Amino acid sequence: MIMHRTFIALALAASLGATGAALAAEGQVQPPPQKWSFSGPFGKFDEAQLQRGFKVYKEVCASCHSMSLVSFRNLAEAGGPGFSVKQVEALAAEYKIKDLDDKGEAIERDGRPADKFPAPFANAKAAAAANGGVAPPDFSTLAKARTYERGFPWWIIDIFSQFQEQGPDYIHALLVGYEDAPQGFTMPPGGHYNKYFPGHVIAMPKPITEGQVTYDDGAPQTLEQYSHDVAAFMAWAAEPHMVARKRLGFQVMIFLLVLSGLLYFTKKKVWSAVH
Amino acid sequence: MSGHSTYQPQNGFLQWIEKRLPIGGLIHSSFIAYPTPKNLNYWWTFGGILSFMLGVQIITGIVLAMHYTPHVDLAFNSVETIMRDVNYGWLLRYVHSNGASMFFIAVYIHIFRGMYYGSYKEPREVLWILGVIIYLLMMATGFLGYTLPWGQMSFWGATVITNFFSAIPGVGETVVTWLWGGYAVGNPTLNRFYSLHYLLPFVIAGVVVLHVWALHVVGQNNPAGIEPKSDKDTVPFTPYATVKDGFFIVVFCMMYAWFVFYTPNFLGHADNYIAANPAVTPAHIVPEWYYLPFYAILRAIPDKLLGVLAMFGSIAILAFLPWLDTSKVRSARYRPLYRQFFWLFVAVCIGLGWLGSKPAEGIYTLIARILTFYYFAHFIIVLPLLGIFEKSKPLPNSISESVLAKA
Amino acid sequence: MTTVSSAEHTRRDFLYVATGAVAAVGGAAVLVPLIAQMNPDASTIAAGAPIDVDLAPVGEGQVIKVFWRSKPIFISHRTKKEIDEAKNVDVATLPDPQTDAQRTKEGHEPWLVVIGICTHLGCIPLAHQGEYGGYFCPCHGSVYDTAGRIRKGPAPKNLELPPYSFVSDTRIRIG
Repeated sequence: MIMHRTFIALALAASLGATGAALAAEGQVQPPPQKWSFSGPFGKFDEAQLQRGFKVYKEVCASCHSMSLVSFRNLAEAGGPGFSVKQVEALAAEYKIKDLDDKGEAIERDGRPADKFPAPFANAKAAAAANGGVAPPDFSTLAKARTYERGFPWWIIDIFSQFQEQGPDYIHALLVGYEDAPQGFTMPPGGHYNKYFPGHVIAMPKPITEGQVTYDDGAPQTLEQYSHDVAAFMAWAAEPHMVARKRLGFQVMIFLLVLSGLLYFTKKKVWSAVH
Repeated sequence: MSGHSTYQPQNGFLQWIEKRLPIGGLIHSSFIAYPTPKNLNYWWTFGGILSFMLGVQIITGIVLAMHYTPHVDLAFNSVETIMRDVNYGWLLRYVHSNGASMFFIAVYIHIFRGMYYGSYKEPREVLWILGVIIYLLMMATGFLGYTLPWGQMSFWGATVITNFFSAIPGVGETVVTWLWGGYAVGNPTLNRFYSLHYLLPFVIAGVVVLHVWALHVVGQNNPAGIEPKSDKDTVPFTPYATVKDGFFIVVFCMMYAWFVFYTPNFLGHADNYIAANPAVTPAHIVPEWYYLPFYAILRAIPDKLLGVLAMFGSIAILAFLPWLDTSKVRSARYRPLYRQFFWLFVAVCIGLGWLGSKPAEGIYTLIARILTFYYFAHFIIVLPLLGIFEKSKPLPNSISESVLAKA
Repeated sequence: MTTVSSAEHTRRDFLYVATGAVAAVGGAAVLVPLIAQMNPDASTIAAGAPIDVDLAPVGEGQVIKVFWRSKPIFISHRTKKEIDEAKNVDVATLPDPQTDAQRTKEGHEPWLVVIGICTHLGCIPLAHQGEYGGYFCPCHGSVYDTAGRIRKGPAPKNLELPPYSFVSDTRIRIG
């Protein structure tokens, strides 16, 4: 058993020494951790926040970023922003969807709840051409596609604390991370300095500023608030069944505890005669 | 092996069947009367856990296949459709993707348990080699499956792994083009990977049958590492082993459920939520955690061909373990020196796994080289010499005696 | 007696061997389509036809990426400095010795055309990176110089050259 402990200590020492170096090498600044209503085993999305986040997406982000895997109807589904079916129908009708009529002519019709969000550009090449050669990433899974290295010992603690909000943390940090480039920093043409973007040179210009979007629910119209809300909205868009998942998880855990308890005592009973 | 009871059907119909196809007797002798050493600890429940995991993966895999589309333009979106629109699709997909990791956690514990207690030694060599084959098939299946969501890691993982074969002198390029069905990883590659990913689990199931068959011919090893001498040393499989396995499978499921419901993407890579892009390589390609030690070995060696050979060699060497370990004593319980080297070997494997997740540069490469050397030295130098020089502790006379001595 | 028996023996053996051999040939023939189906199909091969690339818009110091046979091709308009660096190398010390002249077309020294696939395990290297100012592969750290020659890291060979020719001074045909 002594060997046992020694090897764990060795492994710990080795990984401790190396994580710092690795982080520095990656050239990424850790996003400051944020509080999210949807973290932890009983976390839920905040409906009002998702509605605000959607407003920011619709009025600001959507002019460049598609969200092609999400349908209008999703906005009214359980565990989401909590729009009513009527609201979603009205909202979908604001969009024009490309379709064919009976003669095969290309037309544009009003959107329906079953439609997916139309993309701002005809295709990836058009999106790239309009944005300095790089297509703005699609929002559907972006909150799960962005992360940063947590380093030791956090990655082990994260298993137990269920921390998995690297994506929203990073998105929030990116939106508030636009700064003037430090002295002596060579900025390539078309680049913008961002504290939290890996390498600090991002093609996207600062997308949103204080007061740009009007909130109807009295929430502060600050950059901080916008960033939080849109990051939360993107977390929902990437994982629309998260609330259902955590709820079912709790039920499954209770069931497994009861069953394992029963099995344990059955096992004891069966084995009591042996030895 | 003689059992604790024999199968004698009372029912006339079952007697009629039994005369023509003695399947009842086979099941009875294999899973009911089959004598299990009574001193087995919980590390022995991982065989049952692995069978359970194979079942889970096959069942969830079959239903996922009902919704998945193996085409480069549709695969990523079809997986997202499963996650978003298919009823319980998110559950099935997370159970399957995390199931692969759980399968590997269980198989690694199972393998290390076999190493600790010398379960590969005479007469269990064939049993052990069948296990190595299952492990290889699992690795292939896991890799093929990881390609299917067609994210960035899927695509580039497939590119890097298939390029291993380009290291073959002379015909490497031809072989790789043949594997791809094109000049790069593309739609033909995805299609054939899907076909093989569906096939291999059933091949695994077939080899598992051989594995269990071989097990039931030679009987189980046990923590004391000595053969049962009488019926006093064993208990019938049912109910003793079944209820114990059942209990621990449920305990294992709690860990499994924790990942599925609470941190479903912890074991995956964020980059795989970006659709595959053949024009951009992600900055940091890392395979799934269960391949990391082998990946570290690959990168530790500065020569392409030798690196690939070392990587495959590190798995192949497991098959020779029964002959590399020269000690007559099975269990590490009675081998004080081997026990220390065993834990050192476990630490080296974990260390290699950690290095596999780090960039291959500077100090990491140096440590990886040292650990790679030790990995092979464990098999080629340490084990053969230990058998000659180690002074083992006296073995108990019987399993019953060892149980009593402990109690 | 013995002679007859041995003659019979030979005839029977011949029959067995002949039958077995013909069956084996049949079995091997069946494998041909089963294995060949995995090779690139006709449409894939057809899609690999030569492509023309206009070099006029590529400024000095720029690298463009085009696709041929679904492989990325890097076309680099090298600066004077880059060419000099590529030329001033003791070729004998390279892992895969090739002169800069062997890697470019005569009279078109500024243009380096390589397949942008790392010869290690197939990742796409990044241009203008690494300590030799050429290409750097992010996967396993192979470093190439401004002539696409391997200088450091696990890759065994220089970046491959695609078959290409200059149609005119500002136009190349790849394939």
